[in-house]
Amino acid sequence: MVKKAVTVALAGNPNVGKSTLFNTVTGLRQHTGNWPGKTVEVARGYLTKGDTTFTFVDLPGTYALTGGSEEERIAAEYITSGNADWIVVVCDGTALERSLILALQILSMTPNVILCVSLMDEAQRMGIQIHAEKLSGILGIPVILTAAGRKEGISQLLAHLSREPDAKSRPKLESIDVIGQAERIAAACTERIGDNAQPWRQKVDRILVSRTWGVVILLGLLMLLVWLTVWGANVPSRMLEALLDRGYFWLHKLLRWIPDPLHSILLDGAYATCARVLSVMLPPMAIFFPLFSLLEDVGYLPRMAFLLDGGMRRCGGCGKQALTMCMGIGCNAVGVTGCRIIQSPRERLLAILTNSMIPCNGRFPTLIVLAGLAFGKWAAFAVGGCVLLGVLGAMLTSGVLSKTALRHTCSHFLMEIPPLRRPRVGQILVRSLIDRTLCIAGRALRVAAPAGVILWFLTNGGSLQLLGKVLEPVGVFFGMNGVILLAFVLSLPANELLFPVILMTVTGAKSLQGLGVTDIVAILSELTFENILCMMIFTVFHWPCATTIATIWKETADHRKTAAAVILPTAVGMMLCAVLHFLL
Amino acid sequence: MLLTLDRLPAGVPAAVVQIGCHEALRERLRDFGLIPGTKVVVCYRSPDKGVTALQFRGSVIALRTRDLKGVRVQW
Repeated sequence: MVKKAVTVALAGNPNVGKSTLFNTVTGLRQHTGNWPGKTVEVARGYLTKGDTTFTFVDLPGTYALTGGSEEERIAAEYITSGNADWIVVVCDGTALERSLILALQILSMTPNVILCVSLMDEAQRMGIQIHAEKLSGILGIPVILTAAGRKEGISQLLAHLSREPDAKSRPKLESIDVIGQAERIAAACTERIGDNAQPWRQKVDRILVSRTWGVVILLGLLMLLVWLTVWGANVPSRMLEALLDRGYFWLHKLLRWIPDPLHSILLDGAYATCARVLSVMLPPMAIFFPLFSLLEDVGYLPRMAFLLDGGMRRCGGCGKQALTMCMGIGCNAVGVTGCRIIQSPRERLLAILTNSMIPCNGRFPTLIVLAGLAFGKWAAFAVGGCVLLGVLGAMLTSGVLSKTALRHTCSHFLMEIPPLRRPRVGQILVRSLIDRTLCIAGRALRVAAPAGVILWFLTNGGSLQLLGKVLEPVGVFFGMNGVILLAFVLSLPANELLFPVILMTVTGAKSLQGLGVTDIVAILSELTFENILCMMIFTVFHWPCATTIATIWKETADHRKTAAAVILPTAVGMMLCAVLHFLL
Repeated sequence: MLLTLDRLPAGVPAAVVQIGCHEALRERLRDFGLIPGTKVVVCYRSPDKGVTALQFRGSVIALRTRDLKGVRVQW
């Protein structure tokens, strides 16, 4: 049997269901990577049907191919390169006219195009009907109508894709005025049936962006999101810890044949550290990111950016920065990656540089324990205050930067506000778990394992206590002590390591294994109020964790910008702590 | 009546007459299909009026109100 390989590129505007189509067709057989030497990501997916192997390339979503953004250049390059046998242009059935602008641009570049009009269920609900045959006749290419959750469009698409491109069916293009042409074609092929008003949708939309209710709902949703994450992660975190504890003993027996120093390095160093990081970080992320994706899928996030743009604009940023800050609550590395949604280079850099000032999931447990010790029953407010402090710090730093170092770069703000949609829960769960949670957990483990080995050498050489003593004067200057400062330095691989390192230094334990929350509370309760307060501030403002630093480097591809992202929050934290130490 | 888009009241349909923004923004607007002749409606403005949500060609695009000073419309 002869195997046939077909490469298909998916192009289209953002928010038109391009990724939905990609996920439906390829399922879990996909992987995401960067374009060689670029910061733009591309997903590839595979599907085998009969004797044909399809490779799907999900091109970055763009509004046009003429503009200057990196995404647009990459998409345009790929389309003209001839690497793809077919280009599937995904159009929005509810806004055919706008989608056709891009489709016509692509048609003028390459002949083998299939038009896929998606979101047809939504269009039908709005009373829009699209005549596929007529559209196909005018454009001279196959046209397929699809909708989320409906398979018939997909099999039709695959049937078209397995055919050889037909040289005779050249697309017909009469003019170079793409916009006018899109307007005429859309008018000829769309029909509005009845009233499409859907008044409740508009009403909900108006409330969501209104001055008072909009802000109240926004703050309520954010608080609910954080509360669900922190509260919901408690039990699974403990369960995971117990499970990984059992794994320690199991591995201990299994790996008994390894000679001792190495055996201990692997288990007490690498494994124990990884287990600790994983059990603290995984559950909150597995709760936060699906919920956040839910807001994204419903279409709430652009409205949130719309509401918050006013505040961010005064600090030289834009509304989308507020979104990346929210992602930062989940994980700063994800927040930094999320800054890709900001097109304007200056605003994007501001958002990247200040993201780590937003306390992430890995720092919440630390803040909660510290707040409980220092503020008793007011702890919840103290933690809230810390988040607020981080937000203020990020905004002020953005403001100062935009008026000093980044003053000369000009910018504008453009954002689509898609209609509110019913979320596709199943797909969200799978994708946010795989793309965000597991990906970040994997990256964190790659840093935690070597860090655990280093930690092992430090403890077993007895150098931890020594280093703590060396750092004592510096720590005291910043309102803490040497051990705490050392713990901050050594928890560079992951913020989750802060308490474990303090524990190991003070108790002199050789491994993280078996050390719990009660031990840490006992140690911390001997600290002064000043120590704890400065520790909380320094938890909010210090260097980003290694995973985040690596992500910043990957996103900016510039060591000076990466260094700035490390130095800025550290400087803010040191300044605040030093002032506090001076005052108290 | 002619006026600039930043001053167009919400819910009033109008047609773009001239786009006098700086080059980069004009290009971006063209990518979205906003050119002279396009029919637009202001959907809503943000709490501080700094951002305007514009509806045209079936989709809603949010822009800074101050960037719309250069867009003249007829209604």
